[in-house]
Order: sequence, then structure tokens, then C-alpha cells
Amino acid sequence: MRNKWIAAPYVGWMAVFVVAPLIVVLVYALTREAPDGSWYLTAENFAGMAGYAAVFARSFLLAGIATVVCILLGYPMAYFLSRERGRLRSMATMLIMLPMWMNFLLRTYSWVFLLERNGFFNTLLSSIGLPKLDIINTSGAVVLGMVYNFLPFMVLPIFSVITKIDNRVIEAAQDLGAGSFQVFRRVIFPLSLPGVLSGVTMVFIPSVSTFVISRLLGGGKSLLLGDLIEMQFLGAAYNPHLGSAISLVMMVIVLVCMGIMNRFGEGEGEAVLL
Amino acid sequence: MSKELIRLRNIRMAFDDEVVLNDLNLYINDKEFLTLLGPSGCGKTTTLRIIGGFTTPVSGDVLFNGVRINDVPPYRRQINTVFQKYALFPHMNVFENVAFGLRMPKVEEQLDENGKVVSRRKVKISEAEIRTRVMEMLETVSLKGFETRKPDALSGGQQQRVAIARALVNRPKVLLLDEPLGALDLKLRKDMQLELKKIQQQVGITFIYVTHDQEEALTMSDTIVVMDKGCIQQIGTPEDIYNEPKNAFVADFIGESNIIDGVMVRDKLVKMYGREFPCLDGGFAENEPVDVVIRPEDIDIVPVDQGQLVGTVTSVTFKGMQYDIIVDFRGFKWLIQTTDHSPVGARIGVKIDPDGFHIMKKSQYSGMFGDYSSYSDEYDELSDAEALDDGEDEGAEEERREEGYAE
Ligand SMILES: Nc1ncnc2c1ncn2[C@@H]1O[C@H](COP(=O)(O)OP(=O)(O)OP(=O)(O)O)[C@@H](O)[C@H]1O
Ligand SMILES: [Mg+2]
Repeated sequence: MRNKWIAAPYVGWMAVFVVAPLIVVLVYALTREAPDGSWYLTAENFAGMAGYAAVFARSFLLAGIATVVCILLGYPMAYFLSRERGRLRSMATMLIMLPMWMNFLLRTYSWVFLLERNGFFNTLLSSIGLPKLDIINTSGAVVLGMVYNFLPFMVLPIFSVITKIDNRVIEAAQDLGAGSFQVFRRVIFPLSLPGVLSGVTMVFIPSVSTFVISRLLGGGKSLLLGDLIEMQFLGAAYNPHLGSAISLVMMVIVLVCMGIMNRFGEGEGEAVLL
Repeated sequence: MSKELIRLRNIRMAFDDEVVLNDLNLYINDKEFLTLLGPSGCGKTTTLRIIGGFTTPVSGDVLFNGVRINDVPPYRRQINTVFQKYALFPHMNVFENVAFGLRMPKVEEQLDENGKVVSRRKVKISEAEIRTRVMEMLETVSLKGFETRKPDALSGGQQQRVAIARALVNRPKVLLLDEPLGALDLKLRKDMQLELKKIQQQVGITFIYVTHDQEEALTMSDTIVVMDKGCIQQIGTPEDIYNEPKNAFVADFIGESNIIDGVMVRDKLVKMYGREFPCLDGGFAENEPVDVVIRPEDIDIVPVDQGQLVGTVTSVTFKGMQYDIIVDFRGFKWLIQTTDHSPVGARIGVKIDPDGFHIMKKSQYSGMFGDYSSYSDEYDELSDAEALDDGEDEGAEEERREEGYAE
């Protein structure tokens, strides 16, 4: 009985800020506004979405690439960090966390400054006699922005899972004849998969729904789902019904992906969110 | 049996500034069952970890077959360990846990007559053989049918047996066991003691066994090493250790002992309580102060007029096989184990045969052990490993009641 009461504020919070908005989105997605201002039930929003298949594909592709890059960069980072002790470790952890203390927009704008046609990198290149590169306003720049912004969310869960691995288990593996490669392959890596899994979740979801990054670094050329949705609510194409429907479909796809992944990783233990 | 396999030479170990092992010297013979015995924190695990290669001593040498192996990493030592807290692989089932060592790539070295490596070859054990050996091993530790369970779905005792199987399946030259039976109940522990001893003799490998249970050490070992505070107190066969303890610590740690201040008048004559007693020991200086050990079962109760000493019974505890009685001899309390009942408050005489005395040189431990004044406390402490055993609480309660009775 007592435990239930303790959970009450949380349940209240969930109801107001999670369940209620979801219901609103659902209602919008399933309706349209008639010329006379009344709403009617329809599936038009979903039917009209076929035209945006390319945007869906691009969003998931870029978010997928960003996630993979984050794993490739973040895993070794987390691994070596967890091997370190003392000062170096806390310093490195600080450096990884540092960008997260800065405003998201500010961080992304600074990349605009760096990548611009006449920005920092190109100035640098031309000063040593190399031709300027078109980096900004490409898909590559968008992926770069995603990786830069969300990499800490990959590193930290992996790091925390690896540091929690019982050292005695590693010693047991060594005792049974495993050199450092075998210890990694057969013990550390499988035991760290739950961390990778939550890292993937925490990188992929914000990447697939971002609109700031694509707006600033993609120059509006590579429209992403986030931009599309944002346009329906705040932009010229004002149509919250369509926007809600797109959000809903995106959410379902993401949930299905995560569900499959968790099922896949179930044998390796529960996915832990940091 | 007597070929030396491992030698620890002048091993010193310290964490920060705390000295944990102080100039340890020990050799272990091939196929020997050697037990490291001592109270918690005395450095048993640390010694084992040095042999296993998980800790490097501050100074001193570890020799294996005469070769210094200080710098050989654990995975290249022909030694396997059963860890104090099992340390099973949580992501693998029982079968995979046991198969782990067999799946590791091994390098077989071809040596010429001079012991130089002429060729190296990777050997892999076939999946079929792994299967046979793992199943055989699981059979040995009675875990057949548990192959697909994960460690967290096993009881403590089952996990421990997986840990034993996982180490043994590799047929190591030496098996290190760190309190492997600690989590088992009394009955299973006794069974596993016999089982381990049998396995050790069958497979013919060296066991280095750590325990703080003296009874376990006495039943299983060929050799016992008694340790305290990072120093070896005594090395010997179980009989040696029990019958000829070197100092008050060993006498007290192994079994029950009354340890009394005495003086060795001359060979075969010891004086305590102002009286001279004939004994069998010798080799001390004339009138050298000594510690006299008298085991509780070596004391006979006799009528007062026939007693060498006379004292008052202050407590009686029924132990099933015998009574534990505490007798006050001029302020110093002895424990006597006897089958005859004497009531609290009775004055009794005692008689000790010459072979009931064991004389020890004075040591840093003199005066610290062997008085049963705080009998119940000490008893609890000594038997904490068997806290679940035959109703000790009842005994203690009884004693308290009888003490009250006596006043
Ligand atoms: N990694 C470590 N760092 C610091 N001190 C340590 C470390 N390992 C052990 N010690 C200390 O060394 C001493 C001996 O420890 P050890 O584990 O060898 O005891 P033990 O005889 O195995 O005891 P137990 O019966 O409780 O297992 C203890 O005082 C312990 O605190
Ligand atoms: Mg220990």
C-alpha cells in the first residue's frame, strides 16, 4: 500500500506530460478540419504521407549512420576510459561531459562557423594552399552534427556498464587461460552489450527526430523528419493533423526497432538506461 | 609425493603501507594437499593470488618446478583457481562456464633436450571432446541436468560446484581453492570435503586449499600451514599441528586448549600453580618460563583427595558426546571435556597424565589465549563458521542460567 503512494507523484507526472500529449497527438492524427471548422475522423493524414517516404528514408539512414559512427568512436573511448584509473580518467570523463553543459544551439552554431564556405576549416585549408571544401549543407555535415552532439550518450552508458563488470570475473577468465584479447571477446564485450544497447537508444532517437541540426548544418537541403514535423506545427505548411500523423508513424517505427533490438539483446541481460 | 613443485621464497607483500605478508617461505610438493589456515585477514587469499599470478609480491620469488614465474601472467600458468566468491561468468550457462577453459586457444611448445623451445603449435580441443569432458565433470560435481542454467538461477552451493568443475576440467597441475565450501550447509560441506579429497587423489594434482575452518583443515590436508598476521606460525601434518603446536596462537586456533603459565624446572618436569608435574617434553633451559598446553580431553576428573589440582566447577554445558565444564583453578578457568557430569559449584580434583602436557616456548602470543574466563564469547567466535550447527545458542543460554544459579 505504502509503495503505491510513493509512486503517486510519478504516476501523476506521467499522466499529465506523457499520456495526455500522446492522446492529443493521436486525436489530431486521426482527424482533419473541414472548411466549416468542424473536425472529422479520417485516415487521410496517413494516406498523404506516402509522398514523404524519401524523408523517412533519409532520416532513418542518417540517424542510423550517426549511431553506427557513435558506436565505432564511443566504444573504444568508453573501453579505454574504463581501463584508466585516477586523474586521467576523471579528466577524460570531464572532457566528454563538457559539451553537454553548453547550450545545444550554441554548440551547433559553432559548427556552422567552423564548416562554413568561408569558415575556420576552409580558411585553414586555403592558407596552406589547398582548395576549399563544401562541407556545410551536406548530409555529411548533418551526420557530423549528430555524432558530435550525441556521442556522450553512447560513451557514458557503455563506460558505466564496463566499469561495473566484476574484476573477479575477468581474473577468472585469465585464470582459465584467456589472454587480453580473449578476455575482451568472451567476457567484457558480451557483458557490455546492454550498455551499447542503451547507447544506441539514446543516440538514435534524438538523431532521427532532430530538426535543429539539419536546419543549421544541412541548410534545409536535406529535409529530415524533424524538419517536416516542425513545419507542420510552426512553419509555412501549417497542418498539425499531418504533423501529428507523421510523429505517430515515426514513433511507431522507432518503438518497433527498439523492441526488436531489446529482444535481440535479451540473452545478454536487461538493457539498462543510465 | 615428495617432489617439490612450488616454492615461495622471502615473499613480502604490502598494500599501501600495510604489511600483509611478511617474509613468507613455503614449499609445496607435487600432488600434495596443502591447506592455508588462519583467521580472517591473515593473508591467505593474498598468498593464493600470488601463486595464481594475480598479485605481484613487493619482493621475493615464486618458483614453479624450479623456474621463477613472478612475471608469468595468470593465463600462462598451469594453475587454476576456485575463487572465494565463485566469479562465474554471468552471461554464460553452466555448460559454457565449465567449457570456457577448454575453448581457450592453447600453445603447445616442443622442447629440445636442453629445454629450449624449438616449435610452437596452436592446439584446439574438438567440440566433441569438450562436450565429453564437460559432461564428465558435471557428473563428478553432481550437476548433470543443469547445463543450460545461468549462474543466477543456481543456489550458492551449486554455483560453487560449477566453479570447482570449471577449474578442474582443465586438468591443471595445481588447483587453488579459496574457501570453496564456505557457502555450503554443514551436511553438503562434509560431503564435498570427501568428494574433493577423492577427486584430488584420483586426478593426482596438487591442491592448495584455503580455509579458516580448522576441522576442515584437519580432515582434508596432508600439510597444514597455520598463518596469522601475514606470518606463518607453523607448518606440519594435521597430527603435528594438533599435538605439537608451536605457540599459543596455534594451540588455541586448532581445537580447544588450556594454556597455562609455567616454568620448565628441568627436562620432563614442569611447574605450574607452584606444583611440579611430570611430563614428556624436554630441550628447554633450566627454569625457563614456558606456556603449558593441556587439551580439554586429556584431563581426568578424580575425587578431591586424589587430584593434582583442585578447583570449582563454574559452568556445565551438555554437548551431546560430552560435557564441557569450566573449572576455576585459582582464578584461571580451564575447559574440561568429560563424559561424567559434575554439578556447578562442586569442588573437583583433576589428574593429567605426563603425555597430556605439551610445553611451548614463550612467544608474542603468550598470555593472550587459553583462558576460558569469557567462555561463551570465545566459543561463539571460534565456531562462527558453524553458527548453524547443533543449537549452540541453547548451550550458551544454559550456561548463563547456570551461572546465575551458582551465585
Ligand atoms: N587489494 C587490496 N588493497 C588493500 N588491502 C588489501 C587488498 N587485498 C587484501 N588486503 C588486505 O590484506 C590483508 C589480508 O587479506 P586477505 O584477503 O589475504 O585475507 P584472508 O586471509 O584471505 O581473509 P579471509 O579469510 O577473510 O578471506 C587484509 O588486511 C586486507 O585488508
Ligand atoms: Mg580470503
